[in-house]
Formats: sequence, C-alpha cells, structure tokens
Amino acid sequence: MSKIIEGLYYSESHEYVKVEGDFGYIGITDYAQHELGNVVYVDMPEVDDEVEQGEEFGAVESVKAASDLNSPVSGTVVEVNEALEDEPGLVNKDAFANWIIKVRLSDKSELDNLMDAAAYKAFIKE
Amino acid sequence: MEIKKTCLHDRHLALGALMTPFGGFDMPIQYKGIIDEHQAVRTDVGVFDVSHMGEVRITGADAMRYVNHIFTNDIATMADGGIQYGMMLYPDGGTVDDLLVYRNAADDYFLVINAANIDKDVAWINRQSNGFNVNIDHQSDRYGQIALQGPNAEATLRDVLGIDAADLAFYTFTTLDRDGDNIIVSRTGYTGEDGFEIYGSHATIQNMWDKLIEAGVQPCGLGCRDTLRFEVGLPLYGDELSEKISPIMAGLGFFVKLDKEEFIGKEACAEQKANGVTRKLVGLELEGRAIPRHGYPVLAGDEVVGEVTTGYHGISVDKSIAMALVDTRYAALDTPLSVQIRKKTFPAVVVKKKFYKKSYKK
Repeated sequence: MSKIIEGLYYSESHEYVKVEGDFGYIGITDYAQHELGNVVYVDMPEVDDEVEQGEEFGAVESVKAASDLNSPVSGTVVEVNEALEDEPGLVNKDAFANWIIKVRLSDKSELDNLMDAAAYKAFIKE
Repeated sequence: MEIKKTCLHDRHLALGALMTPFGGFDMPIQYKGIIDEHQAVRTDVGVFDVSHMGEVRITGADAMRYVNHIFTNDIATMADGGIQYGMMLYPDGGTVDDLLVYRNAADDYFLVINAANIDKDVAWINRQSNGFNVNIDHQSDRYGQIALQGPNAEATLRDVLGIDAADLAFYTFTTLDRDGDNIIVSRTGYTGEDGFEIYGSHATIQNMWDKLIEAGVQPCGLGCRDTLRFEVGLPLYGDELSEKISPIMAGLGFFVKLDKEEFIGKEACAEQKANGVTRKLVGLELEGRAIPRHGYPVLAGDEVVGEVTTGYHGISVDKSIAMALVDTRYAALDTPLSVQIRKKTFPAVVVKKKFYKKSYKK
C-alpha cells in the first residue's frame, strides 16, 4: 500500500508538490518510487531554471530505466536537493521527505489542475 | 500475439514480482529489488526462472556435420557431456542468434536458444537442413529451466536439491533421473559467477523452484540477470549481437572457428577479421552518475560515432559504465569520447568491456 499525504497536490505522472507560501517542493510520490525500484540517479535542473506545468524538468533513473520528471507547476527553481546527488536512494527511503526541487510558483491557480490526496488515491487504484 | 507464461508464472505472481513482457513471455523483472538480487548472486546464491529459453534437439547420422554447418564454434572438438557457446550466422556475418550446444552423443545435440528468437531460429535451423540426414525436434514447450547462480550454488544444489555436482566441470553437463523425469544439469550461467542451469519437465522444475524458495534462496528477476551479465562483458542478443552485428564486431571472435572447414557466415567473418570491421564493441566509463542507456548517441567532439548497446550504473562496480558500438577509429583503449544523455553530454573514456572479474569455478 503506497503512502499518500494529505494536503499535497498530485499530478497524473506521479509527482507531488507541497506548497509553502510562494514556494513549492516537488518530488515523486511513494507510489512512483515503488514502481521504479532502486533509484540510482536523479537528473536535476539548475537553480534559476524555469519549469512549466506538465513539462519535463529532469529524470529519475532506476537501475532498469529512466523516467522523465514533469513539473506539476510552473515557476523558477530556487533550490535543488543536493543530497540526492550523493544518495539518490533517499527517494526510495522516503519519497515525500526527499523532495527533488524547490520552485517559486509563478501561478498558484495552476494547483486547480492537480489532484488532491483523495483523488490521487483513487487514481493509482485504477 | 498472445503473451506466453512459463511453468513458474504463478510462483512469480505469488511472490509479488514486478512482471514485464520479455521475448514473448510475461517474465519477472524483480522481486525484492534489482540491487539486492544482484548482490545475492555475487555474494551468495540466487535462482532465476529461465524457462523462456528455447530448446531444439538435433539427432541423426549427419547431426555433427549439420550443427557445425550452422554454428560458429567447432563441435567436433567436444566430448559427450560437453557444452559450447557460439553463434548461428547469416551468410553476411550478421547474427541469427547466440546459443549453447550440448553434446549428448556424436549424433545427438541439444541447442539452447534465446526466447525472443525461438520462431526465427527454428525456421532458420529447418531451412538449412536440406541434404543433411538429421531430425530437428523443437522441444521448448517440453522444458522448464532454472538457473542457480552464485558462489554458494554448488552447496545449495547439494543441500536443497540433493544433487552433488562437485565434479561437474565448467561448461559440461550430466543427465539425471529425478522421479522418472530425465533432467539436465549443466555448469553454465549468465552471471559471471559459478552456477548451474537445470532443465526438466514443468512439474520437476516447479518442484525444485518451490524447494529452493522454501530454503530461503533469493528469487532473482531478469533485471539483475542483465546487470550481472553486463558487468562481466557477456553479450545480449538484441543489444551486443544482432542481424547487423557480427561476432567479430562484438569482439567474440574466439567463438568463431575460422579454421573449421565450413559454416554459414565463415567467409564474411574471415573477411572482417582480415580487413578489419567498421564498427567495434567497446567498454565506456563515464564521468558522473548519469546512466547511458541502449541507443544513446556516442560522440567524438560533436560528431556521432556510435551508440550505447547496454549501460548501467554498475552495481558491483560503482560507476556509470556502458558497452557501445563505435566507429573503429575511436575504439582504442583510453580514447576520450562522450555520451549524450537527454540534453547533456557526459565525458567518457574507452575501457575494457569486462568491468567486473568473472568467478567461474573451472
């Protein structure tokens, strides 16, 4: 049973965004990390890069395959989680604690396009 | 085409394996995780379902001459109970498949072929047999197969399955009676570790699998089968060998016996050996942790000079490594190249393809 956290916003490509003020922490869901298996590399953008809702901003690589990361929101990257450079497996240990990028949101109304915890829970059961 | 299931399919589902189609079969990629399963084989023992592999038995007065006609290695040098690795080639040197040939007797051979190539191979083998007095029996549906691999494989085989194979030499096999079923046990594998492959009826293989799992042997999926074979430089048909990639290009000339009187593809291989090949399989070691995957471009400066055939972040070798088919001009050891991974390029250097040392018990 995959862990889902209340209060976060979820995309159909299994990223989440946790909103704090004008900022959003973006990562992949527990369901996604489980489906991927051992994460061995996270390809992250650089600080000040622009990301767009629904657009690819990096990749998560398991032993077997690379999966694109799509940004659930638009904005500017203000921080990348450097801990993942040395220890990408942290994503498997706790996908929600180990966010991948922090962005300054450019349009909070975009959050309406995302799922809440209940909707995401139903989505992954399909 | 309907997807096929091996005789152990229900076991994989019960173990909660992540399943995926491979070679026409619904196969387990992983159970516990690729890294754990890989380590189990390197340090202890693991069991794989390899029942998807195909089997063809060739018997008859011309069996030796016929197998030598379609096979690159020289089976005339083999004794009963011997096994050889080699390829079947097209006349232009491209590879039909790579396979193992088991010799039961001078007029009786057992060929083990790749799952994805079964239909193609069986048709090929039948088509070449005109004028040879042979009987070709496609037996894939009759056999289940497991591979028991790792430094503790011999002890596990003895303690859990009651088969003492201490005296079985590398690349030889024996046949045993198991509750009335005639099984084949060979000291072979595809991991770079000591180990065994066992062929038997579906019921026998199911029974052995269950005993091994009950005894706590780690079930291993195709995920780690690929990382294990890759690290020791073993080729996978479809990646390092194909109808466009000859064994000479893949650096497997050792298994192509050009001093043999004749075999299909001999002239092409002799020509490639004499005049050199345009593309060659090399090892690459990359800077950074990004992973070079099958099909990613290999560059010299801005020019594309090849492509990755298999790549991983090595599990036993903690580096990003790849096998790649590159223009021969860039195939020398220590040549600086780069690999394009999504939008970025990563510096790489040509190294030997054997990233990790094999530990066969010979």
